Amino acid sequence: MWMTELPPFVPFFLAALLAAITRGSLRNLILLAAPVLGGLHLWLDVPPGVITHFSIMEFDLQLMRTDRLSLLFGYLFHIAAFISVIFAWHVRDTTQNVAGMLYAGSALGAVFAGDLVSLFIFWELLAVSSVFLVWARRSERAIRSGLRYLVIQVASGMLLLAGALLHYFKTGSLSFDYIGLYGVSGWLIFLAFGIKCAFPLLHNWLTDAYPEATASGTVFLSAFTTKVAVYALARGFPGTEIMVYIGAVMACFPIFFAVIENDLRRVLAYSMINQLGFMVCGIGVGTALALNGAVAHAFNDVLFKGLLFMSMGAVLYRTGNINGSDLGGLYKSMPKTATLCIVGACSISAFPLFSGFVSKSLVMTAMIQQGYDYLWLMLLFASAGVFHHAGIKIPYFAFFAKDSGIRTQEAPLNMLLAMGLSAALCIFIGSQPQYLYNLLPWAVTYWPYDISHVLSQMQLLFFSALAFVWLNRQGLYPPELHAINLDVEWLYRKLLPDTAGWVYNNLHRVHIDTSNSLKTSLSEITKTVASSYLGRLHLATSWPTGSMVFWIAVILGFFLLADIIQH
Amino acid sequence: MAVPEQKQHLFDKPRNVSRLLNALYVICISLFILDFFLHRHVSYKWEEATGFYAIFGFVACVSLVLIAKQLRKVLRRKQDYYHVDD
Repeated sequence: MWMTELPPFVPFFLAALLAAITRGSLRNLILLAAPVLGGLHLWLDVPPGVITHFSIMEFDLQLMRTDRLSLLFGYLFHIAAFISVIFAWHVRDTTQNVAGMLYAGSALGAVFAGDLVSLFIFWELLAVSSVFLVWARRSERAIRSGLRYLVIQVASGMLLLAGALLHYFKTGSLSFDYIGLYGVSGWLIFLAFGIKCAFPLLHNWLTDAYPEATASGTVFLSAFTTKVAVYALARGFPGTEIMVYIGAVMACFPIFFAVIENDLRRVLAYSMINQLGFMVCGIGVGTALALNGAVAHAFNDVLFKGLLFMSMGAVLYRTGNINGSDLGGLYKSMPKTATLCIVGACSISAFPLFSGFVSKSLVMTAMIQQGYDYLWLMLLFASAGVFHHAGIKIPYFAFFAKDSGIRTQEAPLNMLLAMGLSAALCIFIGSQPQYLYNLLPWAVTYWPYDISHVLSQMQLLFFSALAFVWLNRQGLYPPELHAINLDVEWLYRKLLPDTAGWVYNNLHRVHIDTSNSLKTSLSEITKTVASSYLGRLHLATSWPTGSMVFWIAVILGFFLLADIIQH
Repeated sequence: MAVPEQKQHLFDKPRNVSRLLNALYVICISLFILDFFLHRHVSYKWEEATGFYAIFGFVACVSLVLIAKQLRKVLRRKQDYYHVDD
């Protein structure tokens, strides 16, 4: 079709450029053509081992380096972009159309970047292009949230740049291969990746900004940023043991927040951190089985999390509301969306025959093989919990529960198509996992379907469902409420501004007080002088400005005269 | 947008809801009974116990929700807590 060495981000950037100057159906076709042509090209023409150099200012950038790992993410991002474009087919908003293409292209650029400088460039482009998908909501909330998102994302890029430069001074190489936690450079790069991967305490940008983006913007957002981070960690830090612990914490803590969160898209954002936890664990374990599990789960997560975000996006698009407390009973007017949402819910919960099952089990098996017994128990807890908050809560509160009285239309055809495509892929990968397994970077023979595995997973999930029913019947289940929950963001949204405000107010008061007291004492002195004997002398009175000008003129005139006489 | 309901939907009939729940109970009981007959190969000591996954799933979810309820008492704030209107 075209030359093998063409970096995969190029068609997307071209499409973004063309989308900016076209409109209507032509623009939609251009947006669709980029992932279709680019994806076919990558699938048919590009083998592992291609390297494309590009020289700029004596720098040798590797804009494209293919191996089985980068190619897998390449295929994934093309599929994700294709589905997102269909879902956003009705969107007539240049900002979103252009930003979506630039964003997907940047993700591809980052995944195929062969050196740390190219990675940094696309890392920052990811941040800058994606923030427009948040801002495109055009509400004050979204604009503020987008700003916080941008600051944190750009900071991640700065850490990456600093780490890359230190790495260069230390090793003399900028190529992006295994880095490891050696020295300051390793830690800086790890932290940069960790921010984008939503490590605990660094995670809040995700749950802050993703739910504030537009209905279709969140679908784009959910596919790329965090998965680029997973890719980068899998390449730079495989087998870094600390990640097993980080991943276990990531898998567990967000599910508590998800249970009490009202905004259903924010529930999904917390659930996303929970799923990233499984991937981070897999990368931390670092065996071939575990790494395969991590990237396979990233692949599946893009599809089923995308599907769930699309179904909630459709609900938001149709009802203008996404709070669990206000929704319910929507299966009556949106039965197809409800069914597709349930497919996504089964996939994320890892029901046998659905996609989550075939990838999560790789990570779980690898964990227990390497003897991480207690962390394995934590992941098992997280597996039960994910069914509880994403598998049941999302469909239940949106489509069933109480009848909210909202009657609306089924989602538009393009949204149903996009969701249907994702759902079909979820079921296909879940029931025919060999096709995904064949694409995985490391050679491993593993088959998830055996009696003990299927039985134990079914027991875990059905008894979790039983717990949900029991809690509901006992009235123990926390109701959905119009409220927010504090998270790490409290530090920079409340503590920091309030402290700054307090300091400013106090400094301001001190300033006022000092100048007031200075003024009073000055006027006291003036009064004292004026009432004393000195006050009666000519010098103590205040002179008009005019007299000063007069005397300066006299002095200057004198100098002029003296000058003339001298010559 | 509430309009007078014309059509009876699937879960408007309490009978259908109880059918669904009964199906769930039957599945749960059968899965538990299967644990006595099918041999699961285990790699972790607790896994051997009969009904380990069933009990773990139930206990995990109940404790998840009960802990989350306590957490809500500490973390819950009004919608406009950060001075942003909804």
